[in-house]
Amino acid sequence: MPRRIFITGIGIVSAIGNNIEECLISLNSCKTGIATISRLQTAHNKIPAAEVKLSNEELISILDINEGKKFYSRTALLGMLAAKEALNYSNYKYNKTLRTGLISATTVGGMNFSEQYYKDLLSSDKHKEYIETFDCGDPAERIADFLKIKDYIATVSTACSSSANAIMIGARLIKNNIIDRALVGGTDALTKFTVNGFNSLEILDPTPCKPFDANRKGLTIGEGAAYLLIESEDIAEKQNIICELKGYSNANDAFHPTASSPEGQGAYLAMKHSLDMSSVEPSTIDYINAHGTGTDINDFSEGKAIEKLFSPNIPPVSSTKAFTGHTLGAAGAIEAVLSVLSIKNQMIYPNLHFSQPIKDLSFSPVTNLIKNVEIRNVLSNSFGFGGNNTSLLFSKC
Amino acid sequence: MAAFITSTACISPQNTSNSLGFPNEINEYSSNILKCVEPNYKDYINPLQLRRMSKILKMGLGASMICIKNDNQSNPDAIIVGTGLGCGEDLEKFLNSITDSNEQVLSPTPFIQSTHNMVAAQIAVVLKNHNYNMTYCHRGFSFEEALIDALMLINDGQAKSVLVGGIDEMTENNFKFFNYLDYWKKENISNLHLFEHNNSGSIAGEGACFFSIKAENSNNATCINDVSLFYKPQSNCEIEEKITSFLKKNNIEKEKLDLIILGMNGDNNFDSIYKHLIKEYFYSGSLLTNYKHLCGEYVTSSSFALWLADCILKDQYIPDVIKIDKFENKIVKNILIYNHYRNINHSLMLISLK
Repeated sequence: MPRRIFITGIGIVSAIGNNIEECLISLNSCKTGIATISRLQTAHNKIPAAEVKLSNEELISILDINEGKKFYSRTALLGMLAAKEALNYSNYKYNKTLRTGLISATTVGGMNFSEQYYKDLLSSDKHKEYIETFDCGDPAERIADFLKIKDYIATVSTACSSSANAIMIGARLIKNNIIDRALVGGTDALTKFTVNGFNSLEILDPTPCKPFDANRKGLTIGEGAAYLLIESEDIAEKQNIICELKGYSNANDAFHPTASSPEGQGAYLAMKHSLDMSSVEPSTIDYINAHGTGTDINDFSEGKAIEKLFSPNIPPVSSTKAFTGHTLGAAGAIEAVLSVLSIKNQMIYPNLHFSQPIKDLSFSPVTNLIKNVEIRNVLSNSFGFGGNNTSLLFSKC
Repeated sequence: MAAFITSTACISPQNTSNSLGFPNEINEYSSNILKCVEPNYKDYINPLQLRRMSKILKMGLGASMICIKNDNQSNPDAIIVGTGLGCGEDLEKFLNSITDSNEQVLSPTPFIQSTHNMVAAQIAVVLKNHNYNMTYCHRGFSFEEALIDALMLINDGQAKSVLVGGIDEMTENNFKFFNYLDYWKKENISNLHLFEHNNSGSIAGEGACFFSIKAENSNNATCINDVSLFYKPQSNCEIEEKITSFLKKNNIEKEKLDLIILGMNGDNNFDSIYKHLIKEYFYSGSLLTNYKHLCGEYVTSSSFALWLADCILKDQYIPDVIKIDKFENKIVKNILIYNHYRNINHSLMLISLK
């Protein structure tokens, strides 16, 4: 039998709160983190976004970084904050006999520095100290060094499914006895690069995003980080166990670089395989935390895939992106943490900003906060460019 | 965890893309940036698609198609790519257009193509492959992590065949930026004399190497016994310990290593580790080789080393150009590849003939 994987620690920073407690307060009061862009300097300052309320200086101060503080990218800083909370949450202790890994995801890496210094660097070496922060590997090494994790350091980058994949890979490394426990998740800062990228694709909603609504106009971009500590059943201490990661799967749409197929083939396969590997009956899925970006194509094709797998008994579905924005490389991990909290607190989050169902879709998302409800299993979806689709299945222990 | 390499493809600064094994003629470069000798992609990629593709997409898609063609197989159970820097050319293009247009960017194409998983995604689109699809972007670990993932899929029984690749492009701007940080030699040198310059800096390179990895052996395929990585070792002693425990785990004594491929890059800040191991650690009977004078230094260069190991085992031929000291060729059954990237990302691969 493969080793079971338990979640023993969680940490988060997002537009709805700088830690677990603050995020829960926002969720309980149905308060969105989306507002007009205020911190990022961009010409698109009328577009709504979900920014983390802390400045880089504040992050550096909270993290108590003294050396080389100028050279920590925002992506690294956000990741360090959330990763540290996940370890503290679990009473994590360094133990020489346990192999600990960090599987981290990002799509932008130190982009907040590259977009600031790239042009200058073409003609002078004045800002050369920033060069080694540009790539995707930098945030993971910063987090690993900060938390003294050494045994396996990896970075995954598969667009908006990146951190869901990081969670899955961490679990597989433990099952294959390469490591005993892993800090898994992802981090992405808001950047001009991504704001302009999604703007050029014309998929940014000029108002706060409305996932699964008939009049949805696109996504709202966000930033943040989230990490989970996962441990094998051999070493997880009972009092630390929050829930179990029972299923996971990655499948590919193989349809188009940016658009999902109309029938959501990749999404269907990812969800189906997650259920199959866990032997969890579809009827016992009590909540689906959807990818639900608010784009025309995603919500329809994800909806179709959910219908195909669950119809006629479709479980409660909501997208929490109207709370947190679409945090790209961090989204899978942020939503995994919210899924874990759904099990821990036996609650379902509302899909904010919804008013009209999508024509040709047989279900509507949950629109009210539901508390004191039995949540046994939660399916969390994350889909990315390149047709990269991942589902994670969390279960109550 | 073990699996078999049933097919390879290598696009590199040497004439390797014809899949005829190690080339007879070695390319000499007189600048410190080695660029790939690219095949005629039209033989492998639809010309209509080709026109819109950046160099790294062409290299990645080209190498993967050559690999699949050599393997006479249709569709792998998984596609996994390691790329440290991803699609730099498009990323630079999009950054420029943001600045030049004052954020009034019109074309999303470079943004889409700058996404790090675009090579793996394009391979899936071309093959209509709905299976597991992954991309690792972690500096000098990127390729090894892709390979470990492939071995896990095979070990778990989730896949019988996996297409794995290591790919990176050295753009002119990245060359320039890393030059500011003294990654490269200050004087222009010939790549074939890389190890004669005992000073700081290396030469830059790039490449795309793909492998068909299978659960089943066929036609005496090369076996990948194990892959391991370690991060920021504190001392040479710790490095020795890591190698010893890796070999022990795989039940092989260091005296049984017929040949060792080392990641020397001509930079005396980093080659001292290899030199120490040669002098103090490795068995004197192991044949010692290196490879970065052929492909240059880049984050996924260990994929070139794996391609080289496969050539040596399959053809039982050790080209003189890779020998650290002259030696007589002998039968090679076990190869250890040890590489480190800037003394941060260290990796070990054990390859053998079963």
